[in-house]
Amino acid sequence: MKLPRRNFLKLSAAAVGAVSVGGAVTLTSRAKAAPAWYTKEVTQVFQICENCFWRCGIKASVVGNRVYKVDGYKENPKSRGMLCPRGQAAPAQTYDPDRLKKPLIRIEGSQRGDGRYREASWEEALDYIAKKMLGLKEQYGTESIAFFGHGTGDGWFVDFLPAAWGSPNAAKPSVSLCTAPREVAAQYTFGRAIGGHEPIDWPNTKYIVLIGHHIGEDTHNTQLQEFSEARKNGARVVVVDPRFSTAAAKADRWLPIKPGTDTALLLAWIHVLISENLYDQAFIEKYTVGMDQLVAHIKPYTPEWAEQQTEIPAQVIRQVAREMAQHKPKAILPPTRHTVWYGNDTQRMRASYILNTLLGNYGREGGFYIAMAPYLEKYPTPQLPLEPAAGGCAGPAAVVTEPEGFKPRADKGKFLANTTAIQELIEPMVSGQPYPIKGLFAYGINLFHAIPNVPRTKEALSKLDLYVAIDVLPQEHVMWADVILPEATYLERYDDFVTVAHKTPFIQLRMPAHEPLYDSKPGWWIAKELGKRIGLEQFFPWQNIEEYLDTRMQSVGLDLETMKSMGTMVQSGKPWLTDWEKENSLPFNTLSGKIELYSEALAKAGFDPLPKYEAPQAVPEGFYRLLYGRSPVHTFARTQNNPVLMEMESSNSVWLNAEEAARLGFKPGDHAYLINQDGVREGPVRLKVTQRIRKDAVYITHGFGHKAKGMALADGRGASDSYLQTRYTLDRISGGAGLRNNFVKLEKAPAPKLKSVTQLIKERGA
Amino acid sequence: MARLGMLIDLSACVGCAACAVACKMENQVPAGASRLWIREREVGLFPNLAVEFRPEQCNHCENPPCVPVCPTGASYQTKDGLVEVDVAKCIACGACAAACPYDARFTNKKGGYADKCNFCAHRLAKDQQPACVETCPAYARVFGDLDDPNSEIAKVLKAAERSDVLRPDQGTRPKVIYLNAPSKKGLTQEVSDS
Repeated sequence: MKLPRRNFLKLSAAAVGAVSVGGAVTLTSRAKAAPAWYTKEVTQVFQICENCFWRCGIKASVVGNRVYKVDGYKENPKSRGMLCPRGQAAPAQTYDPDRLKKPLIRIEGSQRGDGRYREASWEEALDYIAKKMLGLKEQYGTESIAFFGHGTGDGWFVDFLPAAWGSPNAAKPSVSLCTAPREVAAQYTFGRAIGGHEPIDWPNTKYIVLIGHHIGEDTHNTQLQEFSEARKNGARVVVVDPRFSTAAAKADRWLPIKPGTDTALLLAWIHVLISENLYDQAFIEKYTVGMDQLVAHIKPYTPEWAEQQTEIPAQVIRQVAREMAQHKPKAILPPTRHTVWYGNDTQRMRASYILNTLLGNYGREGGFYIAMAPYLEKYPTPQLPLEPAAGGCAGPAAVVTEPEGFKPRADKGKFLANTTAIQELIEPMVSGQPYPIKGLFAYGINLFHAIPNVPRTKEALSKLDLYVAIDVLPQEHVMWADVILPEATYLERYDDFVTVAHKTPFIQLRMPAHEPLYDSKPGWWIAKELGKRIGLEQFFPWQNIEEYLDTRMQSVGLDLETMKSMGTMVQSGKPWLTDWEKENSLPFNTLSGKIELYSEALAKAGFDPLPKYEAPQAVPEGFYRLLYGRSPVHTFARTQNNPVLMEMESSNSVWLNAEEAARLGFKPGDHAYLINQDGVREGPVRLKVTQRIRKDAVYITHGFGHKAKGMALADGRGASDSYLQTRYTLDRISGGAGLRNNFVKLEKAPAPKLKSVTQLIKERGA
Repeated sequence: MARLGMLIDLSACVGCAACAVACKMENQVPAGASRLWIREREVGLFPNLAVEFRPEQCNHCENPPCVPVCPTGASYQTKDGLVEVDVAKCIACGACAAACPYDARFTNKKGGYADKCNFCAHRLAKDQQPACVETCPAYARVFGDLDDPNSEIAKVLKAAERSDVLRPDQGTRPKVIYLNAPSKKGLTQEVSDS
């Protein structure tokens, strides 16, 4: 990141000789060298980070109307006093001069995507939206408006508002573009969620097998801390990845698997544990059903067979299985979060959970702990017409049937899980089938950098009668909306409590560090004001957010004032099977009440009750499989206008195996265009010529390649994986959109002519 | 007196730059400059690879070349081993930056002085850890008194299998000490110097 310079004067220390020692500098006199903000009157308020969705409890240090620093705090089980780079850079987003500042209404007669707007008052903007909504309700019914969103405020806009309004078409990218396969598989296997805070007892585990899991590049704070703790406690780490990831760099063993063959590896490991009698027999007998069927099913999946699929030597497969068994039950394959890979992903995750179960690690130290949600009552409201249908990163909601008078969700029947899949709700906007979706709210989600098949999304947006975007930045999809509502950044607002299912369940508070800048408003206020205008006033009975939060807090014997001095309320949980057995119960909410190795429920629904191997789609000649992942300093497509984070990493680069680079005539530092199987071109993007990836795939980090003129730092830097994902393979169990069946070729490109991020930051002041 | 120093465990560091961002925010480091930065280098050939993620900053050398070259006495060493800049005395002539073999200094144009890591001296004065140490989510950093045998830093250093400093050939005796370099050959070197 920094190049050596030093040609102006060269002196070696040896030539210099003795050095002078300063006077009697005491520690207190050092305070004089303090940064200016530190010497002023600093107040601290409890906040919840939202620079990623791990959402750590933080303290914001405020001087006047400005936050200078945020830190974790020890009492919070997420941050535990520490913070990742993205979290540390929070204030740089709040004071970003490119923020949305006023409500905007698209100029009449302009096309969506032209980006022509006029400023409006909140009154006018909300009235405009309400009138259109009521018109759509009259003409097409309440289900004709879809609600998409991501982040803490999605509770208002994707759970509460659509349920009150009466639309089942509410969806979050954190389900079908991320966790759906692992969550649906966990429900079919354990009868429990994995959940947004993965319940792994890292500090006590002794053997960790990570499959496509990018700890270190994914800087989910607590997970990174505990992974480090596990390693310091002597855990051995095996990483399965086509790429020598950061996690692989920390591992004892790297298995550079052929992309898409993970299920073959998992089945072979199951085969070894069973054929060599290495599994936890007592655990299997006591807590599971379906072992007999599994034993019969697994016979053909030998390590020798798996070697043919995965390109991992059979003896290595055997050896790792034996090592897992030696460390059981303190051996674990932690499920990664983003599991929508190839379209058969629920079955891959089922295989992983079956393997974990054979190691006897569920509900036991060094394995999975059993996460419980904290107790906290809802604010009492009249019964909402619908149940919230979107789910979240703890998995899909389960709405089996809508009540009378309401149509089923528009993607019903496309897949088994009882939830919405965001990408499947685009289609009705284009085709009008099974019924038209004519309105859309986009809250915090980036429609073009999250949902595959961007051309289809753009077509859908162009056909809508109403499109409302609520955001903090003029992201490219935002500049397609009819009405743009500028939300206050998280440092400037209250939100609902964030409740976390955990070993020690807890409740976190977010309170504003200062008044919102410009004419921005908090999400809770926007939702309530809109609710009033569309006949839903009865569902928003609270006077203001403080009263709402105080009422909820009373249900656990506290109040808002006390919570303001605590930040986090921690409750006790029941993390281990022994905790449940003391109460003569078990935690498994499956049909059998046990862990289901063989799934009768899947069999009845017409799916494989035990996971089978399907070979991945072949890489077309001349192409590479497009793999993608995360930068430790960025979150999705949300942080590429943050000046501090952009100084750390201003663009992505495409990783290409060094031999392939030589064959194609690329040199380190060259630039390339990426062109996918459908002719979509991205870039120019810098090439990273590396040994750290197989020859059959290329890799870029997600979130770059913005085409947003109003985001000075983000615009035009790097390449977007999302734009290259014109295809996806639907997982017919979970509704997940498998994104790794896209392929690209590389063409030489000129270096982009862009000002440096530093120059842009200096030019715009701030 | 204390001999304040820092350990960075390269086997733990994932190069996430939490330290670099915390430093930037805490010390309001201007755009285009850094007191702390990360180098990432790969070593080896597929599939036998290692990656070194290496944060770098002022080494608070025991024999600091930046101090004797300072014409005004602004660069100095404290009794407990910090290399500091007295901004009131500094004329921003750049001699210290040129003398530093680690490229750890820059000119703070707004303030008109030489700037660099000072182990967050203002935080130390309040018994807080430097911002980079406090935030590190990989537990890669330990700060403290190298001379106190009961300090964590002394214990961790004593127990470490391997420790290295940057450019030992320069005779600067850095007090930022790297543990457990991932390559068997020790710390990776500059690809090209000067």
